[in-house]
Amino acid sequence: MNIPLSITKNIHDWLFEVMSAPVATVVEKVLIAVAFLGFFALAGLLLVYMERRIAAFFQLRLGPNRVGPQGIFQTIADALKLVSKELTGTVKADQFLYKLAPYFLIVASLMALSVLPFSKELHAFDINIGVFFLIAISSIGVIGILIGGWSSNNKYALIGAMRSGLQTVSYELSVGLSILTIVVLAGSLQISEIIEAQRNGWFIIQGHIPAVIAFMIFMIAGTAETNRAPFDLVEAESELGAGFHTEYSGMNFAYFFLAEFINMFIIAAIGTILFFGGYLSPFGITESIPLLGVFWFMIKVLGLVFLMMWFRWTFPRLRVDQLLTLEWKYLLPINLFNIVLMAIIVWLGLTINF
Amino acid sequence: MEQIIFYILSLIMVVFAIASVTSRKILRAVVYLLFVLIGIAGFYFLIDYNYLAAIQLTVYAGGIIVLFIFSVLLIHHIESKLEVPSLGRRLLVGFGSLVGASVTLFTIWSHPFNVAENSTKATEVADIGRGFLSYGEGGFILPFEVISILLLAAMIGAIIVAKGTRLTQKN
Repeated sequence: MNIPLSITKNIHDWLFEVMSAPVATVVEKVLIAVAFLGFFALAGLLLVYMERRIAAFFQLRLGPNRVGPQGIFQTIADALKLVSKELTGTVKADQFLYKLAPYFLIVASLMALSVLPFSKELHAFDINIGVFFLIAISSIGVIGILIGGWSSNNKYALIGAMRSGLQTVSYELSVGLSILTIVVLAGSLQISEIIEAQRNGWFIIQGHIPAVIAFMIFMIAGTAETNRAPFDLVEAESELGAGFHTEYSGMNFAYFFLAEFINMFIIAAIGTILFFGGYLSPFGITESIPLLGVFWFMIKVLGLVFLMMWFRWTFPRLRVDQLLTLEWKYLLPINLFNIVLMAIIVWLGLTINF
Repeated sequence: MEQIIFYILSLIMVVFAIASVTSRKILRAVVYLLFVLIGIAGFYFLIDYNYLAAIQLTVYAGGIIVLFIFSVLLIHHIESKLEVPSLGRRLLVGFGSLVGASVTLFTIWSHPFNVAENSTKATEVADIGRGFLSYGEGGFILPFEVISILLLAAMIGAIIVAKGTRLTQKN
């Protein structure tokens, strides 16, 4: 049984039927952009809600449970509150940069979202440098954090931003190298090819030992790159305020906050694509229905997001010197060794294939 | 369509390049420079040279600009402005730039450019990788390895400069 449910193709054909070609192209691109913006906001709300419920679950609390059934409208209420708040800022801040900073983060996260494959056909931008593009984009978000901290004209914000930027820049290296380990196994940077190569077993099984090591490094470095606990020393409440927590308010703050949650989603999605077969169903059980790829993709991504939230309530926070020691003295050498190990395994054909 | 995008990108780049040079607040100048560099990445995307575009984004936007911002963060206060140089120096620099621009423009105009055949095939990363490591005709193995050694030397040098006298002391 094969149900050809190609929504994107049907919409594409319909658009080109009713309009002339250039207009249809523009309209199509605008539609895709709007869809991604909508997804960005919705996923942000969902993740905030999930975070609160899971935090409550780990601490034996109830969490939000008043606004709507099981408190599902709580984050909407929060969003409305943030929208209605006044945008305050310091007079002595560099106004132009102060207002510009949140958009750097948002644009970077949106561009990273655009290359994620939600299913085989729901894939907006499948370039042949795929994963490398993700690494390139993730390095732009840091600029937003740094500028936000500096333009606030506040020394606490500045120090917080410096720490945050430092952490992101150094852990980007580990994320990139662990991604490269999998690229060695996949033999391609293109996301669709990486996923199709996993039809004979997900990469975490195909690459066995080095793939598991790479996955562990990826999750550690990914958690650190998104500035989440246990690496959230930029917002250690007892010590200092993070770069943007100090002076931003209302929607400007929400942009930063939303971008952080979306970055968590993106890290989990990259992990899913590289190690758990992206939209592929386990053992190919629903291969005849391609649209269910969305379901599998979201299940896997939310599973990894849950893992990251689990980290948050399990490990105590690191000090800044421990953080840098972990990256430069442990993760980086292990990672370099791991790439060589993976290359040897691929070279000798020791991968596990079903 | 591509032409329109080309002109929009060029306009953005020219405007921000001028803004970057004339701005008296240093971090703003850095941000304008970032926009120019992203515009160049946009050009690479436009001609389907995705690899170079991503390199442009990682190395320039993600690396060099972040480095600039870090140094500005460390040494520059938000309220201080760059001083305006004296008239003589401005004239001298203006003259120098004019000479440079005229040499470049003269070279561009006098060189007959052949219109490239419209190749729709994008350059694959795999081809670039093979090019880097091939030692046959048109291979780049020698420059690739030389650059590797240069970077290694630079890294060791940076560590020695940063460690300073602590290298010889026993701690």
